[in-house]
Amino acid sequence: MTETSTETIAAVIDRYSGDPGMLIPMMQDVQAELGYLPQVELKQLSNGLGVPLAQIYSVATFYSSFRLMPKGDHTIQLCMGTVCFLKGANKIAEAIQQEFELVPGGTSPDRKFTFAPLNCVGACALAPVMVVDDEHHGSLTVDSAVELLHKIAAGEKPSRDGESAKGKSKGKGKTRKSAGKGKPPAKAKKKKSPGSNKT
Amino acid sequence: MSTVGARLQSARNLELHRKHLLAERDADARRVRVCLGTGCTAKGAQGVMESFQRAAEEYEEDLVLVETKCTGCHGFCERGPIVVVDPGNIFYQEVAEEDVPEIWRESVIGGRVVEELLYKDEETEQIAKTPDEIPFYRAQHRIVLKHNGVINPKEIEDYLAADGYAALAKVLTSMEPDEVIEEVRQSGLRGRGGGGFLTGRKWRSARDAHGEPKYVIANGDEGDPGAFMDRSLMEGSPHSVIEGMMIGAYAVGSSQGYIYVRNEYPMAVKHLNIALDAAREMGLLGEDILGSGFSFDIRINRGGGAFVCGESTALMASLEGRVGEPRAKYIHTVESGFNGKPSLLNNVETWANVPQIILNGADWFASLGTEKSKGTKVFSLVGKVKNTGLVEVPMGMTLRQIIYDIGGSIRDGKAFKAVQTGGPSGGCIPAEYLDEPVDFDRLTDLGSMMGSGGMIVMDEDTCMANVARYFLRFLKEESCGKCTPCREGVAQMLHVFDRICTGKGREGDVELLENLGTLLEDTALCALGSTAAYPVLSTIRYFPDEYETHIREKRCPAKECPGLFRYEIDAEKCTGCRLCAKKCPVDAITGERKQPHVIDYEKCTDCGTCFDVCPFSSVIKV
Repeated sequence: MTETSTETIAAVIDRYSGDPGMLIPMMQDVQAELGYLPQVELKQLSNGLGVPLAQIYSVATFYSSFRLMPKGDHTIQLCMGTVCFLKGANKIAEAIQQEFELVPGGTSPDRKFTFAPLNCVGACALAPVMVVDDEHHGSLTVDSAVELLHKIAAGEKPSRDGESAKGKSKGKGKTRKSAGKGKPPAKAKKKKSPGSNKT
Repeated sequence: MSTVGARLQSARNLELHRKHLLAERDADARRVRVCLGTGCTAKGAQGVMESFQRAAEEYEEDLVLVETKCTGCHGFCERGPIVVVDPGNIFYQEVAEEDVPEIWRESVIGGRVVEELLYKDEETEQIAKTPDEIPFYRAQHRIVLKHNGVINPKEIEDYLAADGYAALAKVLTSMEPDEVIEEVRQSGLRGRGGGGFLTGRKWRSARDAHGEPKYVIANGDEGDPGAFMDRSLMEGSPHSVIEGMMIGAYAVGSSQGYIYVRNEYPMAVKHLNIALDAAREMGLLGEDILGSGFSFDIRINRGGGAFVCGESTALMASLEGRVGEPRAKYIHTVESGFNGKPSLLNNVETWANVPQIILNGADWFASLGTEKSKGTKVFSLVGKVKNTGLVEVPMGMTLRQIIYDIGGSIRDGKAFKAVQTGGPSGGCIPAEYLDEPVDFDRLTDLGSMMGSGGMIVMDEDTCMANVARYFLRFLKEESCGKCTPCREGVAQMLHVFDRICTGKGREGDVELLENLGTLLEDTALCALGSTAAYPVLSTIRYFPDEYETHIREKRCPAKECPGLFRYEIDAEKCTGCRLCAKKCPVDAITGERKQPHVIDYEKCTDCGTCFDVCPFSSVIKV
């Protein structure tokens, strides 16, 4: 275990030619590999770079994308940007926190989800938006968000927001498919090709 | 598509290669362009793209050549996934995978139009075939977004065929660095990231600054909530940004550039990396570019998710591997920035303007826009407006034109209340100023600012105090904590807002907010701090009544602040379906089936569930 982590850190330091100015990209790489920033690895990073551990921790705690705790199987990034907020993101946040016993930045007791609300994912036309494991889901409602997460927790491939996005535009540009607008919202979901939409 | 084996040795080489590419391209070729921007991808564009590719593969035996191509963001994210079919520039919207066979058969092969997938104007019922016929696009003037939705951002050849790197070649072969700076100065280009500082002057200072090496930096840390211009540019037209930076580097004498991209934009990082690799491979980046002796390279740094890193000095601290805290700018970053060396930092959109200025000339650019704000500006038009998306318009267009003509007016027939520009540093502009032209100075006069270009439309249901509170909460979370006015001042203001929005506001709270706000403006260390009170001050300035009603009558006129209004069931409309009673978390709703229900206010917690679930809109706010 320690040996592999030593190798990991050495490889990361090597990737940036040991330049202490590249501390943040190195920490990003460590996190990408291990899912979070474990203490042991940070100490090795500190030794390897000659950067005080205190400085590494100050960086780790300053930037919201760094995690010092392990994360759940799935990461929920709920957009709390202005537009999403106007369209009810706070209600969605409340609902999923209650449903899955989450706190911002925390992991659910069953280790299924890590909840990471963030300020704006820059997909405002889809508001309210939630990014789960790098997949964007837009035009959410409280119910559809909770339902989506239950599906993900159960290991089902989630259907895209397609139906709710379509439903939202009912009667606007075109009239077809208007039959599918009734509730419950997640009916007649489309088959999605595997591996699509990964950003 | 052809691949280039060898590096381009000279500007002439580049031109020949471009001619070769153009000659190779069949102008009549059938082409399907699928938008793969973040917006469309989230709505299933990847599947649409794959279906088209499969259709193209199956069709191979025939003589008709069909090219499927993914493009960057078209801007009209509201109507995604967007598919454009050439020839004819036929614009299909909200395309689902099951629509692909029909488009393929009818439109791509048959040359006809699938009418039901075209854009249809809600009011006039007019059907639009090409983007130019759609009001959303018609009033736009695309310079920066020129390549978005047209070229494949992952193919350098596409950019080259569209005059890509011609500006760079022009600069390297026929212009002295001073001439380049002069051209940019004369164009009147101002920084698109928020400050609106004259770009030419900044370049001049960077050239004149002592110290080696010099750095050029692109600020792609687009942190304003509600803004995604830079994301779409980096994703959809990465080479424009890179070319702009190279021209800037040549002008100021730099050989190393950095692009600082928000951590939340993985696709931007990916596309930029692809673009950089392709440019390096062709000899457009690296040592001795086009045989001119000029050497330059760029590396990408991802942000760590801190809003404050959009501020130039904080961004540079972050590039150095430190926490992103701003410093006082009595010494400008053009003199001492990244690693204490002269650093020229511009916003992504500013950089993307540069190649166009060099190609078309300063006079052309200066002919667009208003007296002191030249060119165009990309806005992300979002919120309660019908057509949300990215719009690029000449400076000086009025808010009304942008919101009503391009945005297609307010959603659901509601009334316009305010438009918020400039992100957390900007203010809310009310209806009486809708006919004001949009430029740097006018927006500042109105107590808001251009910012990076977010434009968030709010309707009658939006509580202005709640909006100001939202931004304060955002800023309190994001304040780096280095200077006291921002760290403590914002927190105190938020404290007052929490009072106001929960019906505990006191006489004098508005004055207290104004005091704190102006203090913040005068004393905060960085621009993000000194503008932090703008959402508060502007809403107090334009919507004083709303504050009064919250404080004196303990009522929220927009009926948004929980507890400051009541839910009621309209007995006329209620069908007694029992849905609300079932959903109510505190069992506060009673009533017989098929009889009007009532809410027990002793139990009601104002959660609004009944309002959300009622299928007949019989739950109302009073």
